[in-house]
Amino acid sequence: MRIDQESIEHDNIAGLSRRDFVKFCSTLAVGMGLPVGMGAQIAEAVTVQKRPPVLWLSAQECTGCTETLLRTSHPTLEKLILELISLEYHETLLVGAGRQAEDWREKSMKENKGKYILVVDGSIPTKDNGIYCKIGGKTALALLGEMAADAAAVIAIGSCASWGGVPSADPNPTGATPAHEVLKSRGIKTPVVNIPGCPPNPYNFLSTVLYFVTFKKLPELDDQSRPKFAYGRLIHENCERRPHFDAGRFAIQFGDEGHRKGYCLYKLGCKGPETFANCPIQLFNDVGSGAWPVGTGHPCFGCSEKGVGFTLPLHSPARPKYVTPPSIFPGIEAHKSGGASIAAAAVVAGLAGAALGAGAVTVKKLGEKEEGRKGTEE
Amino acid sequence: MNIKRRDFLKVVAGSSLLLASGDVAFARTAKKLPPSAVGILYDATVCIGCKACQNACKQYNEMPAEHTAPEQIWDDPVDLSGKTLNIIKAYKNGTGATKDAEINGYSFVKRHCMHCIDPSCVSACPVTALDKKSDNGVVTYNKNACIGCRYCQIACPYNIPRFEWDDPFPQIRKCQLCDHRYKEGKFSACCEFCPTGASIFGKVIDLLAEAKKRLTLKPGDYYHYPVAHVTSRETSYRPVSIYLNHVYGEKEGGGTQYLLLSGVPFAKLGLPVLSEDSAANRSETLQHTLYYGLIAPITFLGGLMYAVYRNTRKEHEDKGDKL
Repeated sequence: MRIDQESIEHDNIAGLSRRDFVKFCSTLAVGMGLPVGMGAQIAEAVTVQKRPPVLWLSAQECTGCTETLLRTSHPTLEKLILELISLEYHETLLVGAGRQAEDWREKSMKENKGKYILVVDGSIPTKDNGIYCKIGGKTALALLGEMAADAAAVIAIGSCASWGGVPSADPNPTGATPAHEVLKSRGIKTPVVNIPGCPPNPYNFLSTVLYFVTFKKLPELDDQSRPKFAYGRLIHENCERRPHFDAGRFAIQFGDEGHRKGYCLYKLGCKGPETFANCPIQLFNDVGSGAWPVGTGHPCFGCSEKGVGFTLPLHSPARPKYVTPPSIFPGIEAHKSGGASIAAAAVVAGLAGAALGAGAVTVKKLGEKEEGRKGTEE
Repeated sequence: MNIKRRDFLKVVAGSSLLLASGDVAFARTAKKLPPSAVGILYDATVCIGCKACQNACKQYNEMPAEHTAPEQIWDDPVDLSGKTLNIIKAYKNGTGATKDAEINGYSFVKRHCMHCIDPSCVSACPVTALDKKSDNGVVTYNKNACIGCRYCQIACPYNIPRFEWDDPFPQIRKCQLCDHRYKEGKFSACCEFCPTGASIFGKVIDLLAEAKKRLTLKPGDYYHYPVAHVTSRETSYRPVSIYLNHVYGEKEGGGTQYLLLSGVPFAKLGLPVLSEDSAANRSETLQHTLYYGLIAPITFLGGLMYAVYRNTRKEHEDKGDKL
C-alpha cells in the first residue's frame, strides 16, 4: 500500500483520518463487488493522482440529482467536490456566475481535454433545435455536443439523462432526449454510463466515478449502459417483502391489515418485479434498514426503468420479468392437459382447408385435361 | 399356383411348430444399462420443496412460464406440460405435521422423465424421434423427426411426455437430462441448483451405490449428503430420516436412470407399481415373434388364399376359365 507522503503527514484525507478514509474506500469497493483490498487502491488513486476534473452539465432537470449527492454522509458533498474530485463546473454549486462561470468552463475544457468526466443530469430538448433549454445563450443540445466530444467519459445521472425521465413523458412537448441518444445521433463516440433513478442512489454515482478514476476504465455495463454492480438485479429479487409475494400474502389497500403487517405491495402496483436497481440493498440516506420506498410501505414506482416509471400508471400491476414459482404446491394427482388452443386449432383448420381447396382444384384440372384429350381424339 | 390340400396342411403345421417354439427363439433380451449412463438420484427426505430445481429447469431449457392461477404472476404449473419439464409436487395426509411420514405427514416428490433403461416411448416411436443414446443413456427427442402421433404419451408408464396443445407447430416436451449442457462441462440444472443435495447428478452406478448406502444408515445419525453431484466435495450435514427400504427405479419397468428414495410409499407419490420386466420388452417380444420372418402373416395369407381358391374353383370351372 503506497499512499502519498504528503497525505500521510497530514494523516487527514477528505476530513477523515487516514484509517477512516481507507475504510470508506473499502466500503465503496465492496459496494461494487470488488475485493476489500481494492479500497487501498482507490484511496491511492484519489490521493496520489491529481484530483479528477469533473464538469457537470444540467439540462431539463429538477436538481434532484444534485440534491441526492447532498444527502451523502461518507463522504459529504463538500469533501467530495473539494478533496476527492475537482468539480470544475456545476450550475447549482458554482461560486462564480454568468460570464465568469462560462469562461471557467471553457478554460477547464481546454486544459483537461480528453481527461475530464462529464456528468449530465436532465434530458436534452431536441425539438425546434433545442431552444427549450439554454445556458449562457447556448442550447443544452449544443453544449452537450461540445462538452462530450472532449470528455474521457460521460456519466448520465438520473432517469432524465439516462432515458428521458419526466420531461420525456407523453406528449413530450420539448422532444426530451437522453444524453446517449444525442451523442449517438451526432456521432460522438465518448463512452456513456447511465445511472438512472429519480433520483439515483448517490453511492452508485460515487462508486462509478471512483472506479473510473482508479482503474481508468468504466465498470462492467449492461445492455442499457448501466453499471452491473448497481443495476444487475431486479428490485424484486432483493426485496425484504419477497417471501410475502412467494407465499401469496398481499396488501390490497393502503392501511389495511396486510399493509400494516408488511405484506407484499404487488397488488398496490409495485413495479419491483420489472425494475432493475439496488435500492433494497443500498438503501437511502444512511439511516439504516427500511429507508427506501418499499420499506416505508409504498410500492416501487419503477423510477429508474425505461418504459416503467413515468410511463405506466402508478398503481397498475407490474409484469414480472423473471416469473418464478410460488410457495404453493400442486398435489400428486395428475391433471389432464388442456385441449388445443383456439389459435392452434385455427391454424390447423386453415391448413386443412387450404389442402382441401388445393386438392379440389387439382382434381378439377385433371378432369379438364382428360376431357380435353378426349375431345382431340374424337 | 397349384397346391394340393395335403401340401398346404403340411406347411401350416410346420409353421405352427416354428411359432410355438418361437417364444424362446425370438424373445428380445432385456436392455442393459449403457456403460457410462448418467442419471439423477432424488432423495425426498432431503428435499425442502424450495423449487429451485423447477426454476433452474425453466431457465436453462428456455421454457416459458405457465400460469394457472387468476393472478398470472407466478410460474405455477399443476403438472408436467408442454411448458414444464420438471415439477415439485406435494403429498399431504391428515394434519400434515411430520415430514416423510405416510400418516399425518407430508413429502415432496420431483417428477420428470425417468430415462428408462428400456424406454417404452422409444419402442413405441415409429420414426425414432425419441431415441436412447447408446453412451450415456439419455432419452432424447428430435423435433425434426417427430410426426406428432403421440404414441409415446400412451406408451410411457410414468405419463411423462407432454404435447404442446397450444402451439400450431407442436412438439413433444420432456426432460432430456440437460443433455445440451454436458459439452460445457455442466450437468442437469435441477441438480446443479439444488441447495440441499436432494437431487444429485452422476453415473447411475455411483448413484445406486449412494442410494443403497443411505438405506443402511441409522435414522437420526448425521450423514454428509453430497450436494449437486454424487462426487461433489460440498455436502450438507444433516440427520438421516426413516427411509422406505426401496430404491425406486432400480428395477421398476426394467430399471430407470432416475432413482428415488423416500419415506412415503412411492405409490402415494404418484409413481406407479411396475413389474421388473419392461413393457417395451414384452410388447417387442410379442410383436417380433408374430412377425418373425413374416412366417405367420404368410401362413395366414396362404390359408386365406386357399379358402378363396376352394370356394371359387367351381365358379371358375363353370365359366371355363383356367386358373
